[in-house]
Amino acid sequence: MTSTTRIRRAGAPRVAGLGFLAPFAIVFALVFLAPIAYALFLSLFADRLVGGVQFVGLDNFARILGDARFWSGVGNVVLFLLVQVPIMLFLSLLVALAIDSGRLHGAAFVRLSVFLPYAVPAVVATLMWGFMYGDRFGLVRSFNEILGTSIASPLAPDTVLAAIGNIVTWQFVGYNMLIFFAALRTVPTSLYEAAEIDGAGELRVITAIKLPAIRGALVIATIFSIIGSFQLFNEPSILRNLAPNAITSYFTPNIWAYELSFSGQQQGLAAAVAILMGILTAVIAYLVQLRGMRKEQR
Amino acid sequence: MSAPVIVPGVTGRRPSSLRPTSERAHRRRARAVGGPRKRRSVLLTIAMAVVVIYTLLPLVWLLINATKTQADLFSTFGLWFGGEFALFDNIGRVLAYGDGIFGRWLLNTLLYVVLGAGGATLLATLGGYAIAKFRFRGRTAAIAVVLGAVAIPGTALAVPTFLMFARIGITDTPLAVILPSLISPFGLYLMWVFASESIPDELIEAARVDGASELRIFRSVCLPLLGPGIVTVLLFTTVATWNNYFLPLIMLRNPDWYPLTIGLNAWNNQATTAGGDAIFDLVITGSLLAIIPLIALFLLLQRFWQSGLAAGSVKE
Repeated sequence: MTSTTRIRRAGAPRVAGLGFLAPFAIVFALVFLAPIAYALFLSLFADRLVGGVQFVGLDNFARILGDARFWSGVGNVVLFLLVQVPIMLFLSLLVALAIDSGRLHGAAFVRLSVFLPYAVPAVVATLMWGFMYGDRFGLVRSFNEILGTSIASPLAPDTVLAAIGNIVTWQFVGYNMLIFFAALRTVPTSLYEAAEIDGAGELRVITAIKLPAIRGALVIATIFSIIGSFQLFNEPSILRNLAPNAITSYFTPNIWAYELSFSGQQQGLAAAVAILMGILTAVIAYLVQLRGMRKEQR
Repeated sequence: MSAPVIVPGVTGRRPSSLRPTSERAHRRRARAVGGPRKRRSVLLTIAMAVVVIYTLLPLVWLLINATKTQADLFSTFGLWFGGEFALFDNIGRVLAYGDGIFGRWLLNTLLYVVLGAGGATLLATLGGYAIAKFRFRGRTAAIAVVLGAVAIPGTALAVPTFLMFARIGITDTPLAVILPSLISPFGLYLMWVFASESIPDELIEAARVDGASELRIFRSVCLPLLGPGIVTVLLFTTVATWNNYFLPLIMLRNPDWYPLTIGLNAWNNQATTAGGDAIFDLVITGSLLAIIPLIALFLLLQRFWQSGLAAGSVKE
C-alpha cells in the first residue's frame, strides 16, 4: 500500500481521521449496534401472565422454531426468493445487455423508463398495482367487462404471492439493470476489438466476455435481492387492506414479528423472530458470496 | 421491501484506489453506445418496447385515473379518461381534505428528507473521507463492524429500535424517524471509493506542509473534489428517506407527524374501517402528487446517478 506509507511519512494526525469518522460511528452505535444488543437481550425474556417479565433463556427461540406460523412465513419468502429473484435479475440482465449492445433504437429512453419505478415509493407502487389488480375499479374488472371473461383478481390467496412478486419486480428491475449496465460499461474496449478480430458472434461475446466481466455485480445484486426477499414486509403489509383474506398475520416472518410486537405485545418472541431471520439471511448471503467468489477464482 | 443498497466488500473486493492510474484511465474511456458500425435491431427494439410498456403502464394508469371522479373510477375503463376531467378538482380536494393534512405530510416528508438524507450524506462523506485518507487505530475494526452489521436486514432492526426508542421516550417524535435514517452504509462505501479515487494524497500533503488545519484541508481542498459523489449519495439517501415506510409506520402514532407514504396508506385504509370515508380518488391523486418531486429530481440529475453508480459499487 504505497499511499499508506506516504501518509505515514508525512506524519498525518491520526486523531483527525478518528474525528472525521466519529459522527458516523456514534450514530451507527446508537441505531445499529444498540438495537441488536437490545434485541438479543429482549429475546431472553418473556412477559408471563403470572410472574410478569421473566428470564426464560432460549425458550422464545424454541417456541418460534416449533411454531408452524414461522415456517409458513419462511416458506413464503423462500418460494418468493426462488421464483421472483431469478425472473427479476434475468429481466434486468436482458435489458442491460440490450442497451449495452448498441443495437437499440432509443436506448437512453429505455434506460430511463425502466429505472423510473425505482423512484416510486413502495406504498404508491403497491397501491397502484393493488388497484389495478382489483375487480372493483381495476384493470381486471375493465378487461372482464370488455371481453366478457371472468378472470379472478390476482389478489386471491393462491395468487397473491405472485401478485406481490410482480410489484417487487416492477420496482427493482431498473435498479438492478443499472448496476449491470454500469458494470458492462467498465469492460475495456480492447476486449471487444479482439473478439471481433477473432470473428466471435454477439452471443459468444456475451457469454465469453460480458457475463464473466460483470460476475461481481451479479453476485452483489443476488445478495441484495436475497436480503430484500427475507425482509419482505411493505408490499404484503399494504396489500392486506385490499386483500385481507389472502394475506395472513404471519404471511412473512417480518409481518409476524410486527404483529407479535404491536398486536400481541410479545416483544421477546418478536425479537427472537428478528434475530432468527437475521441469522438465516446472513448465512444464505454468505453462501452465495462464497459460491460467487469460488467461480471468480476458477 | 426496501431498496437494496450496495454494500462494500460483499464480494471481497477492495475499493479500486490501489489500481494504477493508467489502467483506471483506460477503463474510464467511455465506449460509445452503438458505434457507427453497428446496425440497429428492430426485433430487439420491439422486445425492449414491451419492457418499457410494462414499466410505464402503472404510471400511465395513475396519471389517467387521477383525472377521474370517484364515480368514474368505478364505472369507466381503467386505461382511458372518464367523462369528466377532474384532475384539478381532485388536486384541490387532496390539498383541502382533513384541514389540509396532505400539505402537513408533505412538509414532514421534506423535513425527514432534509435532516435524514442530508445528515446521512454528511456523516457518510466525513466517514468515507476518514477511511479513504487516514490510517488510524481502529480503522480496520470500524470497517469490519459496519460490513458485518450490514448483513442484518434493516427491517429486522426496526422493531428492536422501536422498543429501545420507546424506553427513552422519543417514539412518536420526528427524531425517531430521523435518527435511524442518518446511517447509510451504501453512502459510506460510495464516499470511501470516491474519496480514494478523486483526492490525490499529494494534495493533502501539500496543504499540510502549508500549515492548514485538517478541517480546513477537508473543507477547502477535498470537499470540492467530492462534489459528484456527494450529489449521488444525496440522491439515493433522498429516495430511501422519501420512500421510507416501515420505520415511520412503527414509530409514529400522531397523524400530524406522518410522512406522505404513511398518510396515503392511512387514507386508503379508511375505506375498510367501519364508518370510514372511502376516498380512492384522493388516494390516487395524492399518490401522483407524491411521486412527481422524486421523478423530477431523477430526470434533472441523470448525469449524477448514472455516473455515480458506475464510479462506485460495481467497478470491477
